[in-house]
Amino acid sequence: MPAIVAMPAIVELRDVSKHFRTAGRDAPVLSNVDLTVETGEIFGIVGHSGAGKSTLIRLVNALERPSGGRVLVEGEDVTAMDEPALRGLRQKIGMIFQHFSLLSAKTVAQNIAFPLRIAGRMGEAEIRARVAALIERVGLSEHTDKYPAQLSGGQKQRVGIARALATGPRLLLCDEATSALDPRTTHSVLSLLDEINRELNLTIVLITHEMQVIRALCDRVAVLDAGRIVESGEVSELFQQPRHPVTEQFVAEFAPVRARRGAAAQP
Amino acid sequence: MMEALAALPWAEIGEASLDTLLMLAISMLFTLALGLPLGVVLFLTGKRQLLAHALLHNVLSFVVNVLRSAPFIILLIVMMPLTKLIAGASIGVRGTIPPLVVAAVPFFARLVETALREVDRGVIEATQAMGASTRQIVLSALIPEALPGIVAGLTVTAIALVSCTAMSGVVGGGGLGDLAIRYGYYRYETDVMIVTVVLLLLLVQILQILGDKLVLYCSHR
Repeated sequence: MPAIVAMPAIVELRDVSKHFRTAGRDAPVLSNVDLTVETGEIFGIVGHSGAGKSTLIRLVNALERPSGGRVLVEGEDVTAMDEPALRGLRQKIGMIFQHFSLLSAKTVAQNIAFPLRIAGRMGEAEIRARVAALIERVGLSEHTDKYPAQLSGGQKQRVGIARALATGPRLLLCDEATSALDPRTTHSVLSLLDEINRELNLTIVLITHEMQVIRALCDRVAVLDAGRIVESGEVSELFQQPRHPVTEQFVAEFAPVRARRGAAAQP
Repeated sequence: MMEALAALPWAEIGEASLDTLLMLAISMLFTLALGLPLGVVLFLTGKRQLLAHALLHNVLSFVVNVLRSAPFIILLIVMMPLTKLIAGASIGVRGTIPPLVVAAVPFFARLVETALREVDRGVIEATQAMGASTRQIVLSALIPEALPGIVAGLTVTAIALVSCTAMSGVVGGGGLGDLAIRYGYYRYETDVMIVTVVLLLLLVQILQILGDKLVLYCSHR
């Protein structure tokens, strides 16, 4: 019988901390964060603004470097990588952003082709075919040659998703991907993320301040408060039995306002 | 009226127009070639930028400020030995071009730096997240994104240079400005001066319209 070799988790943070030096003082942003994301799951990190979510997700593709601890992606220590290795790593991790961050001087097709050109491994014909397939996949076939300024928010995020998938990553990072979108568009973008998660067995790590995003999309969730993970687990469990006060707050967002008023009136 | 117009030294005016265009074209070429990289370096070495380097940034910034604060007429005279070394002459149209370039490069570099600062930081971060090298970020994201601003800066610089070329008469250079001063100021022949001023005005108008068209063409916001 072949020995079962444990696959390393796709993302692992071990005792990670991060502080920024501002005005000569160390301001802690993240403290002793431990986190494991398994291949194929959708992992959410929820927290209020200023909780350290943005920094946390940027540690994974080393846009931020930790002050202490280790960040492992597929078992490889990101913190120990030199520049060329880091560029290679980033080419294999997709990322989408709250404000889409598309290049305004490039068309939809050019934006999606951009990471492929940067990686520089594909020929022109191959790039064209890949871009056409991606545009088709995210439902933007009619908008191929438009510039981002001509698109709606939801369409822009679809371009962002297609761009993030261009290099065929195994991991997708979503930085408040739906926070700038209206509820209906949010729903369609979340559905798209769910579909690609299934189709491509793509692991997704997302950060959000909206609990409905967690509920709609995530398998597991970690609650971040003031730079610490105060609670984590299966989404369904967390909703049924929130343990930490911050988690309770987030879950309470789903309770009807009237009931909450009643509860607050009790001594 | 027609007689008065016919009596003007048109051959001289034509030559002067050509001199002005020549000075402008050659110095703008060098300004673009030197000012764009300088502007990019100024931007990249700035605070919290990709290649943040306080010392280099401050030194470059200081040099740029010194050159920008020198009046062109002073530059023209102070630079004479250097001009001779570079252009092989310190007088005439050739002798005017190096000072023009030295005046325009720091000016244009600042405008490039400002245009680059206007680029959305999120776009730079997204490009970084794709695994782009600094070179790739600059060439395929930063400069294309800032292109409308850079072209607008080029237009402003060209127009500023038009007025600088007027001073080339000091070193015996030609050009429309020189003609205006020689006829209008030294000889009280106001009509020649008026014609040259109208021609300069036309030149500035054309530069501005062309610049605006070009900005519109490369802007997709």
